[in-house]
Amino acid sequence: MAHAAIELKGIDKSFGSVHANRNISLTIPAGTIHGIIGENGAGKSTLMSILYGFYQADRGEIFVKGERAAILSSSDAIARGIGMVHQHFMLVHNFTVLENVILGAEGEPLLKTSIAKARSELNRLERDYGLEVDPDAIIEDLPVGLQQRVEILKALYRGAEILILDEPTGVLTPAEADHLFRILLQLKKEGKTIVLITHKLREIMAVTDNVSVMRQGALVATRKTAETTVEELAELMVGRRVLLRVEKSPVSAGDVLLSVRNLTVRDSRGVTMVDGVSFDVRAGEIVGIAGVAGNGQTELLETITGIREAASGSVFLAGRPVAVTGGADPADLRERGMAHVPEDRHHMGLVLPFEENENAILGYHRQKKYLKGPFLDIDAIRQDAREKIEKYDIRPADCRLKTANFSGGNQQKIVLSREMEQDPDVLIVGQPTRGVDVGAIEFIHRRLVEMRDKGKAVLLVSVELDEIRSLSDRILVMFSGRIVGERGPDATEGELGLLMAGVEGKEAAA
Amino acid sequence: MQLFDTLVFLLDSTVRLSVPLLLAALAGLYSERSGVFDIGLEGKMLAGAFAAGAAAAVTGSAWVGLIAAVAISLLLSLVHGFASITHRGNQIVSGVAINFIAAGSTIILGQAWFSQGGRTPLLSDDARLGAIRLPFAEAVADVPIIGQIYSDLLSGHSILAYVAFLMVPFTWWVLFRTRFGLRLRAVGENPAAVDTAGISVAWLRYRAVMCTGILTGLAGTYLALSQNAGFVKDMTAGRGFIALAALIFAKWRPVPVMFACLLFGFLDAFSIRIQGTPLPFIGQVPVQFMQALPYILTVVLLAGFIGQAIPPRAGGVPYVKER
Repeated sequence: MAHAAIELKGIDKSFGSVHANRNISLTIPAGTIHGIIGENGAGKSTLMSILYGFYQADRGEIFVKGERAAILSSSDAIARGIGMVHQHFMLVHNFTVLENVILGAEGEPLLKTSIAKARSELNRLERDYGLEVDPDAIIEDLPVGLQQRVEILKALYRGAEILILDEPTGVLTPAEADHLFRILLQLKKEGKTIVLITHKLREIMAVTDNVSVMRQGALVATRKTAETTVEELAELMVGRRVLLRVEKSPVSAGDVLLSVRNLTVRDSRGVTMVDGVSFDVRAGEIVGIAGVAGNGQTELLETITGIREAASGSVFLAGRPVAVTGGADPADLRERGMAHVPEDRHHMGLVLPFEENENAILGYHRQKKYLKGPFLDIDAIRQDAREKIEKYDIRPADCRLKTANFSGGNQQKIVLSREMEQDPDVLIVGQPTRGVDVGAIEFIHRRLVEMRDKGKAVLLVSVELDEIRSLSDRILVMFSGRIVGERGPDATEGELGLLMAGVEGKEAAA
Repeated sequence: MQLFDTLVFLLDSTVRLSVPLLLAALAGLYSERSGVFDIGLEGKMLAGAFAAGAAAAVTGSAWVGLIAAVAISLLLSLVHGFASITHRGNQIVSGVAINFIAAGSTIILGQAWFSQGGRTPLLSDDARLGAIRLPFAEAVADVPIIGQIYSDLLSGHSILAYVAFLMVPFTWWVLFRTRFGLRLRAVGENPAAVDTAGISVAWLRYRAVMCTGILTGLAGTYLALSQNAGFVKDMTAGRGFIALAALIFAKWRPVPVMFACLLFGFLDAFSIRIQGTPLPFIGQVPVQFMQALPYILTVVLLAGFIGQAIPPRAGGVPYVKER
């Protein structure tokens, strides 16, 4: 057998007290697609960042194509033929595709000749791999699918033989993801080695030859993809049996609790982000809004919850109007029974440097039970926080710990416990499981279904199609600021995917 | 011809007054394009002016003055770099500190060394960077209009004035036609992209702030050795801040920077020219108002007339790898 493309021996890395990688040994055969799965924080990205020279391992050796390699910086990795497509694209937003591709690989001090050379090389790569993209387009004008293609081109332009992709499908529509997989298979056919990091089991099953599972910084298993199952991988990832499907009783929807009529929202530049959207959410049902990120879901959520002003339209909460075009007050809406789990918990849901118990009452801190005269009743607040920690299984169970020190899943549970324990009539939830590991996802999903069964109206916005499909009683698809279709929970992924890409949008609107 | 003479005179002063602004604004352009905000242009310029005045007074050589100015200004820019690149400190705080250091130490050192109330001794013409007569300037001076423009407006400036205006196309070329420029612009927008491409973010930014140091040194030299004959305390008089305004006004692009500086220079020249002359319909305008005019205009322009000026996206943010 020829040399393996990559061989890792005993890689170990700690960040302070966090042991991110524990003695990891892994062999990736050349010319294969190798999947690495694991929950968030399992150490996948750290391992790959070590391979790409972003961090140095504390211990351990790396062999590339049989040779021992000291990878001290990204340029070492590039020189060894390793390319990386990062989860957050490493592109300069106001540069052209061509400029981004040559950045760092210009060759000569003057751009004129290097640009000309890059243009013809890019043409060749585009032809060979089906990676068409206009070399003179500005990055920020391109859809994310194409931006990702630029990242792949960047790596190939540098002569990458080994391509690492970190969570590549997080930002893609199902159709774009399928296209990406076709590109990866084509690259494999050309003899490239591909390492695919993901937490989506479906992708692993779809394209990989082998798969390695990481849990809590350790590599727990490597399997041939053909010889394993989704259930086995999920169990390896979490360390216990996981229910992948949410169990749900049939829907019994009651009165309309949230009603949105002709809502139009513009952003600060005057661009219409939400365009005449109307829908109802009834008591005892979960309405899911599917869509690729950036199609107006964020603005819709923020407007309904009183954070952003609408240009026109109206919203009714249990039949009473909400002043969405001006004067809506999130605190007032909370008192009227609307709870909000924001999409971005770091930006809106939590104050990370605060202690857990402080975050657990944010927004509800004016309630009498947390007050002693004009002052906060610290004992009552901590007692309350301890009860929530218990009930939501938040770990570590320490209400005095700084919120930043909790994992993503536990941070999300802090937000959920705060909002759900207020016993709201209407629950607005954005991206409830973004950056949350499989075990916590299961927990969060069960809680959401519980809310519904208790007769609450739940509006769920998520870019995870699986989540939308398994939780929702009705699915609305948003594209370019409009609702382009409504489907039942039995809608196929392909059907929703087309709607999300705007393909059937025109017909649906007509 | 009276009006034409006045106009040539006015434009000539415009050029003279915009040179230090232009050098300082271009200096700021290098630093800010790389993502390091520099509010310390004023201080570096002032320290440069003092170094130029002092060194030229002691040695009698303008060139030694120039080298001293560049050296001191470069040193201060490296201090700013050390604080904000290596130690990821707050760039505004570091810049303000440099301004205070320069304002205080120039006066103290000036008084200690020369005992003239914080100024450096008056320089003879040999120790200054005086006017350069372009070839044939005398010969064509009498040719109407064109000759006058050539000999009065284009000729007769300090070498640094020509350098300043040549720096405009040169900076454009560096920024948009060279590898260094591409990387410089990239590091100001998304340093992580530069880092993952295998280029050192810190070294790139250091080189950018060094460019800034050299150019503010030249700006200071111009003030002390060309516009004046020696250093006078606080002689920058806010020009570093006006240059910063010009930079924002021009949206961090070299050619618009030149026009912005010429505009501010013109307002300055105009306010000097108009002092004491009653204006038609308005009558006598207080001197103070005319002196304030460039600054008022700056506020008005920045407040609304230039559209949104979007700074380099990573500007002001120290680069830290994830985690």
